[in-house]
Amino acid sequence: MTTDRDIITAMQEGLPVCPEPYAAIAEQLNIDEQELHTRIEQMLESGTIRRVGLVPNHYRIGYRYNAMTVWALDDQKVDTIGELLGKQPSVSHCYKRPTQLPSWPFNLFAMVHGRSLNEVNEKIEALRLLIGDNCRQSEVLFSEKILKKTGLRLKNRNPKNA
Amino acid sequence: MQELNKKTAELTSQEKLVINSLQGGFPVCARPFAKVASQIGMDEQSLIDIITNLKDRNIISRFGPLFDIQKIGGNFCLCAISTPPDAWEKTADQLNEMPEVAHNYLRTHEYNLWFVLAIETAGQLTETVAKIEQVTGYPVLALPKEKEYFVGLNFEVQ
Repeated sequence: MTTDRDIITAMQEGLPVCPEPYAAIAEQLNIDEQELHTRIEQMLESGTIRRVGLVPNHYRIGYRYNAMTVWALDDQKVDTIGELLGKQPSVSHCYKRPTQLPSWPFNLFAMVHGRSLNEVNEKIEALRLLIGDNCRQSEVLFSEKILKKTGLRLKNRNPKNA
Repeated sequence: MQELNKKTAELTSQEKLVINSLQGGFPVCARPFAKVASQIGMDEQSLIDIITNLKDRNIISRFGPLFDIQKIGGNFCLCAISTPPDAWEKTADQLNEMPEVAHNYLRTHEYNLWFVLAIETAGQLTETVAKIEQVTGYPVLALPKEKEYFVGLNFEVQ
């Protein structure tokens, strides 16, 4: 039985860019191509695959500024505000994370990208207005350097032991 | 080391069309490139050539399915370390040598090093964090995600 993990491992480097990319992956997995289509559709439905497509290197296409905005919210408000920020087109990722007092009071994280510092700052101000006085404290952390960026890899392990 | 102020790539109008059209919803069928090509007024081979070329120029960083690894038991944890402003390089090198460290960014904050640990089980987190604290000599802020409100963004090129 081919597991989801086997399918993920086979497509970890992405899809081959050739006329029949799924046939190439199916062959590698030793399954029928139609079976692979069905499995991918199922994984899309369950959310194991978020989407199939291309991911641009956003720095290379002009989105050179990214800010991690962090907000300290009351526990009972974090879900409402998190859902609200997540719906803003300017926000690419929005998560709740634990605080670590006293050094880290922030429980909501939202990433904002832009082509200029000005654009990013305007987007952050718009978020600030939405959040209003629900937030006790906030910070903006711009990225200065990418020090390491590797794909997230699963080890290829024998499905019988999985 | 990859600098953030790296030059923005020059793109043709066809390349922009491909980047804007293919960020989500790539079809799952026998000839997906032929299908997409006909939708955007191109032929299959031209589309394949453009994507291959964009990959070679590092303008596309990934092509294919995007997985939510946590759904099959993988684990990620965002972590941060605060070093003195002029002393981050040694710590960054120590972190980058560890296979568990998938991403590592320098950010404008007292907590200046922000990195993502990719581990196979939740149990490994404590162990890995302890190892990092021992190697670097700094306490680690471990901030595993508790809830996801949104992930995803289309980057439009104009």
